[in-house]
Amino acid sequence: MARKLPPKDVVIIGLGWTGSILGYELAKAGLDVVAIERGPWRDTASDFPPSYAQDELRYAVRLDLFLRPEQETLTFRNRMNQTALPIRRFAGFLPGNGVGGAGIHWNGQTWRFLPTDFNIRSHLEHRYGQDALPADMTIQDWPLSYDELESHYDRFEKLCGTSGKAGNLKGIKQPGGNPFEGWRSSDYPNPPLKQGLGATLFAEGARKTGHMPFPQPASNASEAYTNPLGVKLGQCSYCGFCERFGCGNFSKASPQTCVLPALLRFPNFSAQTESEVTKINLDSTGKRATGVTYVDTSGEVWEQPADLVLVCAFALFNVRLMLLSGIGKPYDADTGQGVVGRNYAYQTTSSVGVILKDKILNPFIATGAHGMIIDDYNGDNFDHSGLGFVGGGYMGFGQTGARPIQTRPVPKGTPKWGAQWKKATAETYQKAFSLSTHGSSYSYKDCYLDLDPTYKDRLGRPLMRMTFDFHDNELKMSAYLTDRLAEIAKAMDPVEMTPSPRKGPYDSTIYQTTHNTGGTVMGADPATSVLNRYCQSWDVHNVFVPGGASVFPQNHGYNPTDTVGALAYWTADAIRERYLRNPGPLG
Amino acid sequence: MDAPYSSNLTRRAMLASTAALLVAGSTVARARTLNGALPWEPDAARPPTLVRPGPWMFFTADEAALIEAAVDRLIPQDDRGPGGKDAGCAVFIDRQLAGPYGRAAGLYLQPPFMPGAATQGYQMPDAPAARYRAGLKALADYVKATFPGKSFAELAPVDQDKVLAGLESGSIALTGVKTAEFFALLLQNTQEGFFADPIYGGNRDMAGWKLVGFPGARYDYRDWVERHNEVYPLPPVGIMGRSDWTVKE
Repeated sequence: MARKLPPKDVVIIGLGWTGSILGYELAKAGLDVVAIERGPWRDTASDFPPSYAQDELRYAVRLDLFLRPEQETLTFRNRMNQTALPIRRFAGFLPGNGVGGAGIHWNGQTWRFLPTDFNIRSHLEHRYGQDALPADMTIQDWPLSYDELESHYDRFEKLCGTSGKAGNLKGIKQPGGNPFEGWRSSDYPNPPLKQGLGATLFAEGARKTGHMPFPQPASNASEAYTNPLGVKLGQCSYCGFCERFGCGNFSKASPQTCVLPALLRFPNFSAQTESEVTKINLDSTGKRATGVTYVDTSGEVWEQPADLVLVCAFALFNVRLMLLSGIGKPYDADTGQGVVGRNYAYQTTSSVGVILKDKILNPFIATGAHGMIIDDYNGDNFDHSGLGFVGGGYMGFGQTGARPIQTRPVPKGTPKWGAQWKKATAETYQKAFSLSTHGSSYSYKDCYLDLDPTYKDRLGRPLMRMTFDFHDNELKMSAYLTDRLAEIAKAMDPVEMTPSPRKGPYDSTIYQTTHNTGGTVMGADPATSVLNRYCQSWDVHNVFVPGGASVFPQNHGYNPTDTVGALAYWTADAIRERYLRNPGPLG
Repeated sequence: MDAPYSSNLTRRAMLASTAALLVAGSTVARARTLNGALPWEPDAARPPTLVRPGPWMFFTADEAALIEAAVDRLIPQDDRGPGGKDAGCAVFIDRQLAGPYGRAAGLYLQPPFMPGAATQGYQMPDAPAARYRAGLKALADYVKATFPGKSFAELAPVDQDKVLAGLESGSIALTGVKTAEFFALLLQNTQEGFFADPIYGGNRDMAGWKLVGFPGARYDYRDWVERHNEVYPLPPVGIMGRSDWTVKE
């Protein structure tokens, strides 16, 4: 029997990027807010101090900061006619855990989606014809435009102290920036990071082949910075321990680095850690949430009543919580009916391995998001006529370090061990790097999330089941992008070059990205979306999913976090300025 | 937009804090409630546990002899530096198997266990420690049957390499063991030991890092980002510092 706590105005499920932004905005508006987080409290000084944060084995290999599958995992299959089996050890993607969530272990790659990404289906059908898209492709327009979201992107980048160079300021192209990006109301809050030799050589090769390279936008502070919340970031030291690590230097943007010091000061905000929300509770009509039920580490069950429930967990777990709470109609892939779990998408990545002659690249000097990039082949930045696919991605040199357990390039044909392996490893480390493409993943009828019929979590609740594979459109796109990247690599005069376009089937054992999207999609039509344009549940008006990547109708050729942060601000504004004045459906 | 929205705020906040006190007094919940400021308490950090030399913690003496011989062929000694044995790879694996990694701590181990596609990942209930125990026994049995009177450690290096290559390719099938998978695990753990921070018992004197030129746990390269094509001049450091800073026992 759950013990009932005194009511709150707002309960936030999960204290990562979206939870901390919504917490701050609504606590500032005077609401009584509690955030319930299933993982531990984490902070820079106690959890990733620079006295031992640079530990590849502990953090990158043994995955110390990540969710333990024994607490929650998924089952996975490529196709609907297979039996899904549990992911017993996370490998292909790595959900975070604890306060800060994925905001701790991300790299800081901070990209806006293209204006045409927001009306992708109408745009592609208009340009290439009604029949241009495969019949089972279920991409759809976003329910808001780039123009509407622009100021919210700007806010999130200022929160993070993002480093970069604008390519389009209020419609005027800026030399040195991304010429394809949507307009910006202001430049990045920090100048671009410095570049190493590998990125510099890539940029030369890209220019030589007629492309327009620019520095990758990075939420690794290039200079000391104070954000609008008054929180100070330190200058990035290029230590090369971003991805899978917490930042010990207060340089990589995270809830810890950017929000929590200001948020915790509100007397009307509290965080409840090591407490897992098991259910959003509904009243007898099923149209209104009454709060949440959670279980703490001692097994004690609590009920936290609240007027407003914000679902702020990682994308995949937002979907599962909606399914377990019975909010919205679950998606049925056989009929195409239902919405919760629909339009799960991912990211289509590929690489070109390059070995140069007689170079000293010092590849260990890196940040999670520095590097030089081209955007010529993203979205619909290039004419797809006759190519046989839609979509695209950015590409370039974005190596995030060269920690040697996981990064030890060797020439083709080198044995995996023994004397030759040792010699090749020693001789290649300083001369090699990997270029990469970061491509879109459009959504399909047979790629979705639902509850598994067999496997349960430690509390006896069904695990979520992922059914996902790459489709021909994405594989063709990856082949085309990888060819273009190889042409640039060739202009760098390599000794050896190894293009690896993405091949199917999707393999859950090989790390690609943790950009899992969709499942609680936002949209203009309740028949094809879980949430309206304000990230509010169509069915239960006091439940919002404020901008986690589960709201993406499909995934575009960029990392999701900037859009996640922008949508968090977008939703916070809608709640504060519209919902609180007149609680009810905003759609 | 900064004006308080809820007129109930003060009353609710008071009720909540009263309830929290009551709750704290009546249960043993370990969950934490945080508000008012960032929490700070001494010794809240969790530094890694230093691996100390000494007796084997997981391996038997026979297993240890086999492992030491194997890691020294996977990473042989040469004029570039020590091999896997002198670099401590066997000690690393021993301490890993004796700890949470060895018992697959934190992984999802609920039944049913069913064979699946390769894309679905490892689907067996046995943890790394059990896999080593079974794999090393089967390997010792294979060597005894194939090279009468000799253990793996007593074989000539060329024969050791032949056995390892046979495990890798699957041309040797150890009884009751998924042989290629076991070899892949051994190779992965050996290389982890060679390149992980020395605090875990391998990479002794930073042999692995010196081999490739990785400076280790340094934290500030700001002055070196734009010094292209120059060898970084400082030697590697680990979490414990450098061995020549430490007093030899």
